[in-house]
Amino acid sequence: MTSIPQIVVNDLQYHYPDGTIALKGVSLNIYRGEIVGIMGKNGAGKSTLIKTFNGLLKPTFGTVYVENNNISDTFTSYLSKKVGIVFQNPELQLFANTVEDEIKFSLKNLNLSKEAIDEKISETLKIFDLEKYRNRSPFNLSGGEKKRLAIASIMCRDPEIIVFDEPTIGQDASGITFIKQIIKENATSGKTVVIVTHDIEFTIDVIPRIILMADGLVVADGPTHKILSHDTILEMTSLTSPQLVKFSKSLTELGEKVPEDIFLVKQMVQYLSEFFKNESRKRKGGKP
Amino acid sequence: MNLIKFEDFSFKYSGQAQDFVLKDIDLEIDQGKFILLSGITGSGKTSLVRAMNGLIPQFYHGEMIGNVFVKGKNTREVPTSLLSKEVGLVFQNPENQLLAMNVEREIAFGPENLGIEWNEIDSRIKECLKVVNIEHLKKKAPFELSGGEQQRVAIASVLSLQPELIILDEPTSLLDPLGAIRILLLLKDLLQEKKVSTIIVIEHRLDLVLPLSDEIILIDKGRIIEQGKTHEVINGDIFLNIGLNIPKCVSVFQTLKNDKLYQGKLPLSVQESIEIIKMS
Repeated sequence: MTSIPQIVVNDLQYHYPDGTIALKGVSLNIYRGEIVGIMGKNGAGKSTLIKTFNGLLKPTFGTVYVENNNISDTFTSYLSKKVGIVFQNPELQLFANTVEDEIKFSLKNLNLSKEAIDEKISETLKIFDLEKYRNRSPFNLSGGEKKRLAIASIMCRDPEIIVFDEPTIGQDASGITFIKQIIKENATSGKTVVIVTHDIEFTIDVIPRIILMADGLVVADGPTHKILSHDTILEMTSLTSPQLVKFSKSLTELGEKVPEDIFLVKQMVQYLSEFFKNESRKRKGGKP
Repeated sequence: MNLIKFEDFSFKYSGQAQDFVLKDIDLEIDQGKFILLSGITGSGKTSLVRAMNGLIPQFYHGEMIGNVFVKGKNTREVPTSLLSKEVGLVFQNPENQLLAMNVEREIAFGPENLGIEWNEIDSRIKECLKVVNIEHLKKKAPFELSGGEQQRVAIASVLSLQPELIILDEPTSLLDPLGAIRILLLLKDLLQEKKVSTIIVIEHRLDLVLPLSDEIILIDKGRIIEQGKTHEVINGDIFLNIGLNIPKCVSVFQTLKNDKLYQGKLPLSVQESIEIIKMS
């Protein structure tokens, strides 16, 4: 991560044509290689905000810079090579006749040779475990597979910034594990990942920093476990604490000395292992 | 009599090369329960609920073996319009379900189509608005509402048919966490106040729904692989091993169990986890 922000949003306002003011003055910085979550109530302005990152929406007031390009005077076609957005509902994103064509379409306009396109298609299908469905219609895939294809069709363009809108909806454990893996791999390879989500448990596992929005404004921005244990902020944004944060708090109320930053399963297992070992020693009459 | 009874039921959608999506199903659903229907994506959950109100085989055609009875009525024979008086279905995305100009008209739509008298419809509208707590929205267009409000309207529009059973297919997936909890608590209230006699919920967010469920049905590759009381099912061998999103409290205590540090039941919620610690 470098100290020069890759996305700079300054006092951004967005007014929809019907008069709705979705963003009322949002300022934030996102750095290269970061994994950042954007959370908040339904209607807080999260989706509007991410649509400005690739120029789908242009600011009504204020500015958005992506890698020093002011999006207000940059072509969306240029920005969309830098910023890939994976939308919530894959059905709205997929349209080609076959899985292969879906990827091929995405690779158009990148000035690649036919050979390079073919190679990229094969590589992408392999990474996303879709090779066996190469000639199948995207609409005959299961929900999890459609999601994988939607992600693949964005990732094959190799964008530097990837934005996921609610990636875990309708996903079972293996789908969620796959998405976590993709996110981590991308961040490790220096790409920036922005995730709009309501999924608290997913967030606490993979997203170190969250930006909380309410009513078109940013109301909190900081380390995930700190924000997700702050009751007042959570209430304001219609979120709840993750299970293990709640559990830690309740244990503290019981008088147990729980370290402050327990929020992962392995941390809680470690803490409770000690707890149960102590209890068992006490029962046997030994020293705790 | 069971509310729903599947007898040796299998189904395959027509025009698809794939195998039967539901296989050898014998299932009985009784009254007075909050039931969680769970399974990984593609396991057959949505097809199973489509067979509970006659959408399979009457709307979705295919090869059907065996029978499904709704309060003794065979779903092959009784039209879905009549079955919808017994079984109401609420979909994941309320936008796909809402169509009227305002909330009142939306709620009236079902009963009107069944030819129910206007006085009766009027009193049902009032009752449903009150039950789901959206009286203040009655003149609004469904499309102006938030996701949580739309989901309430969708539930009210199903309740207006006074079904015995309401089935909700991922009702909270588009809602923020508090909105999701509010909808699930609303459902629990409907059951406790006997506005409906049984609720079936398909839900991936098990951390939210497990504490409310009386019973769990697990489905895998088109077969029912477990049905039982919530505590029994989560403490059984199958639940943890079919790829569901296991709530973290359950995972923690399961690991402690594997390490032989804990021997008791797995907790459904934070509250139950704390009880375990208190009892230790």
